[in-house]
Amino acid sequence: MSSDAMAVQNAQIAGRPWVETLHDWVTTVDHKRIGILYVLYALTFLVIAGFEAVIIRIQLMFPHNHFVSPQVFNRLFTMHGTTMIFFVAMPILFGFANYLVPLMIGARDMAFPRLNAFSFWLTALGGVLLYFSFVGGNGLYGAGNAPDAGWWAYAPLTSKAFSPGSSSDYWTIALLVSGFGSVGTGINIIATILCMRCPGMRLTRMPLFAWLSLTMSGLILLAVTPLTAAQLMLAVDRYLGGHFFDTQAGGSATLWMHFFWIFGHPEVYVLVIPAFAFVSEIIPVFSRKPIFGYPAMVVATVCIAFVSMSVWAHHMFTIGMNSYANSFFAITTMAVGIPTGIKIFNWIGTMWGGRIQFKTPMLFCIAFLFQFLIAGLTGVIQAAAPLDWQLGLSYFVVAHFHYVIVGGILFALFGAFYYWYPKVTGRMMSESLGKLHFWLFVLGFHMTFDVMHIPGLLGMPRRIYTYEPGRGWDTLNLIVSIGAFIQGVAVLVFVANLIISYWKGAKAGNDPWDAWTLEWSVSSPPPAYNFASIPRVASRRPLWDLKHPEDPDSRYE
Amino acid sequence: MKAMSALATQPFDSSEDWVLPYRGQVGMASLIIAEAAIFTIFVVAYLYYIGKSLTGPTPSQVLETPIFFTICLLSSSLTIHFAGKFLERGRLGAFLGAWLLTIVLGGLFMYGTASEWYRLIYEHGLTISTNLFGTTYYSLVGLHAFHVTAGLVMLSIVLIFAVAGRVGRDQSARINVLSLYWHFVDAVWVVVFTVVYIIGR
Amino acid sequence: MQIPRIRDWIILSAIQMSTSLFWPTTAAAAESGGPSTVLTNIFAPETTPAKSIFDLSMFVLAITGVIFVVVGTLLVYSLVKFRGTAANDGREPAQVYGSVQIGLAWTVIPILIVVVLFIASARVIHAVQDAPKPESALEVTVIGHQFWWEYRYPALGIVTANELHIPVSDPAHPRPTFLKLLSADTDHSFWIPQLNGKTDLIPNHPNSMWMDPHRPGIFLGQCAQYCGTQHAKMLLRVSVDGPEDFDTWVRAQQQPAIQDQNVIAGKRIFETTACINCHAVSGTVANGRFGPDLTHLMSRVTIASGAAENTTENLRLWIQDPEAIKPGSLMPAMKVSDTDLDALVRYMESLR
Repeated sequence: MSSDAMAVQNAQIAGRPWVETLHDWVTTVDHKRIGILYVLYALTFLVIAGFEAVIIRIQLMFPHNHFVSPQVFNRLFTMHGTTMIFFVAMPILFGFANYLVPLMIGARDMAFPRLNAFSFWLTALGGVLLYFSFVGGNGLYGAGNAPDAGWWAYAPLTSKAFSPGSSSDYWTIALLVSGFGSVGTGINIIATILCMRCPGMRLTRMPLFAWLSLTMSGLILLAVTPLTAAQLMLAVDRYLGGHFFDTQAGGSATLWMHFFWIFGHPEVYVLVIPAFAFVSEIIPVFSRKPIFGYPAMVVATVCIAFVSMSVWAHHMFTIGMNSYANSFFAITTMAVGIPTGIKIFNWIGTMWGGRIQFKTPMLFCIAFLFQFLIAGLTGVIQAAAPLDWQLGLSYFVVAHFHYVIVGGILFALFGAFYYWYPKVTGRMMSESLGKLHFWLFVLGFHMTFDVMHIPGLLGMPRRIYTYEPGRGWDTLNLIVSIGAFIQGVAVLVFVANLIISYWKGAKAGNDPWDAWTLEWSVSSPPPAYNFASIPRVASRRPLWDLKHPEDPDSRYE
Repeated sequence: MKAMSALATQPFDSSEDWVLPYRGQVGMASLIIAEAAIFTIFVVAYLYYIGKSLTGPTPSQVLETPIFFTICLLSSSLTIHFAGKFLERGRLGAFLGAWLLTIVLGGLFMYGTASEWYRLIYEHGLTISTNLFGTTYYSLVGLHAFHVTAGLVMLSIVLIFAVAGRVGRDQSARINVLSLYWHFVDAVWVVVFTVVYIIGR
Repeated sequence: MQIPRIRDWIILSAIQMSTSLFWPTTAAAAESGGPSTVLTNIFAPETTPAKSIFDLSMFVLAITGVIFVVVGTLLVYSLVKFRGTAANDGREPAQVYGSVQIGLAWTVIPILIVVVLFIASARVIHAVQDAPKPESALEVTVIGHQFWWEYRYPALGIVTANELHIPVSDPAHPRPTFLKLLSADTDHSFWIPQLNGKTDLIPNHPNSMWMDPHRPGIFLGQCAQYCGTQHAKMLLRVSVDGPEDFDTWVRAQQQPAIQDQNVIAGKRIFETTACINCHAVSGTVANGRFGPDLTHLMSRVTIASGAAENTTENLRLWIQDPEAIKPGSLMPAMKVSDTDLDALVRYMESLR
């Protein structure tokens, strides 16, 4: 739709009462709107959970600080972790997948639009339920409040005996509910990709984003459900007097750990695979070359998904498994680093020989490459189980996983925002604000998470509301906290950019980046029906073929 | 802009063979994979805790193998299969009969589960909180029974629509999707039965 | 379109690549040195298992360091060499789709690296976990509680709390300490970085670890597995004693409580209030096991599992208002009058 047509439509819409618009959004089954709902929902929780992190860091700036009580601190780190994983990272990635997958495969919507809406609202309910615990959690004895047993909710800390009141129940039920939403989204993405591709788009011609979304969704089916099962068992223990994790009755605390990490490890691949997807779309466009080794990238991703299901007990190296079990998980963990490393090499291979354009989306992807490399290497270090006996449960691990999630996933997400915002809104984001956001965030990120490795090496365990002076941790924690404040400012710059650009950004047109996948063939924003006629494709880069009829990809594939 | 209009006006050439799987089947298969993972975790817990109860009745003391009700449930897979075939050929009366028989057989299975639980609770004092066996038994069998119940509800809804004359050949694909779910529920019972009544005793 | 200059990208690369060296060096320099800084540093091993972990860590860090330098350099090089300039703007570069040989190379090399890393790790895993227990080993049972440590020496008939004494192990005549790790409530983790990696204490799941410290000294650590409100102050203090010092300590611990007539008043208060529900003093009627054994309380440098120094004032405060020292600990405020409190504290201070 041209911008004139959009103007006409907007004028017609402007006359509508706001309740009608609200009703449209609440009842929508359009994948694009559901995608936007997911993203806005996640951004809200990003700010909330970020705020929780800031309070945590203020408390840890000095040893024996009294900014918050230990009870409040324990709720904060539990809620920070739970929120970031389940109500920031997962929804925001589902949002992008929802918006982009149908457009990229030439479809008009997802396979099950109503299931799509239902999944979103389930996720939303889960988040609201979790945060309701702050006000509604006063169970028996006045105990209960927000959950405070850590985001892993280890047994038997979460049994009724050690967690009286309802705080653990809010954790259990909120995640149970949003878990159903996640599985619904996984089913939807798989059905969409397998059943709704436009003619000519064989599986080997899909954008990598679609392949990675497919892999992520398969992983969701197999990874989120064990958590659902474990939470049902925990509910049986807490409500019906069951003994699944009741060590007094012969139950096993380590069984919870196994079930949780059978979920927990593939879960982080559910989070990082979409980040790979963003980077695999952005780097080629800004290097002006196709992705290097498309088949290898697909195979590597699928291998990562499979192998990731066999590494979970590397989170449990300290629990006293025998040497054979420890060795097994050490080698599988190291093995999963191989396809991951291959992907990094392929991204470098994409840039190699290219004509790199350092626009904001690409800046974030370049930072992603450096940071994901480092994160992967600290992962390999911990895969050597004896090293994990020292480093596990310390701030080294906290630094490692924030390096992956913030330095890897969040950076790739920022890149994705700058890259696809023009498609969703029809406006370009401000490059200067974008560069300010980028450099501030790089500064804050490294200040916090590079330094954070060191207290771990010096013996600082995680999840402590305060620490002893004189262990060598004091100045380090201060620097870490200052970096966190800088990151907070950078995120505010980003949010400001999102808002300002919506009204003041330059008009984007259909294809501001001169890209090659199908979403750039429609207007910005796309019409409700996506494509006037369903396209037919003959290669992985249908728009390259159109723009370069003398040298189409279809000749070489 | 030349590129977009070229793309936009390229019509879909329906003469070419571009056939993708039916999304209902793919969706149901995905759901089955997810549910299988949930059941696997419950089965693992059951197997892990065999023989580990500190007190209370043991499986060999109280369990009676439900051969008859198992036959009912597994036969219902056969009847629903035939129901699907009848519908594909447009034999609506036979479809209705086979579908009804499926529901009856499933209902019998639920009755069997209910009576077994009644006996276990009131005659042997085995509840979900008695010991590890009680917890894992009721959870696993109960999770399965819940899925059977959900299946029966959906089958009954289809029955109502069928009686009202709204189910015909065109709905075959959807009926087959529901059948797939029912076959899954039966397959899970084969596993549960083996784990609880054969291995666990 | 703004194309940043090479200078900017060198700065970016420098920050990215050297932060792992830059920050730690400055920060560590600010912190290290001086007798006031205590080492809970994984790079200062004092036992055989800790040393094997340290040696492995040097090997692994060397390999990952090389990988970082190689891949990082390739990354920086590609950014600099293949940046788009105003000159070639608008012309697309050669569209290369991949290379089987290159792909194979960078698959095989990582596989080889993984094999090497794994073999090195497996050797240390086996050496540490499957080490046989010699006859001369000292056996200590550690029981984790919310939020304190109980130590039992079954062969020596000793029960104590929070501060562990173990003997030096001379490599010529090894006398390692083998710890059996149990828990009375939730999960905990025993971590003294200089003495070994950590092992968890999990209810209904006994674990074990061993250590053979080569020199006497005080080694600190703390609980590493989140166990509830006061996880942060479940501190560990291990005193590695030379042979004579250790024997002296053992003999003192094996004695029942000192009977001091001057503190009879306090002893009576102790035995008639709720104190004996949780605490034990050997040789008296007090036999509670929920809280630490107080028989030789004054042999300890700290109270409340390291949360406060063992002084008169802190003892008073701990009995009267434990929330002031360790909010959320399971010690209740005893709510005794000031005179009773004085008597109680005098009694506590008699338990040497």
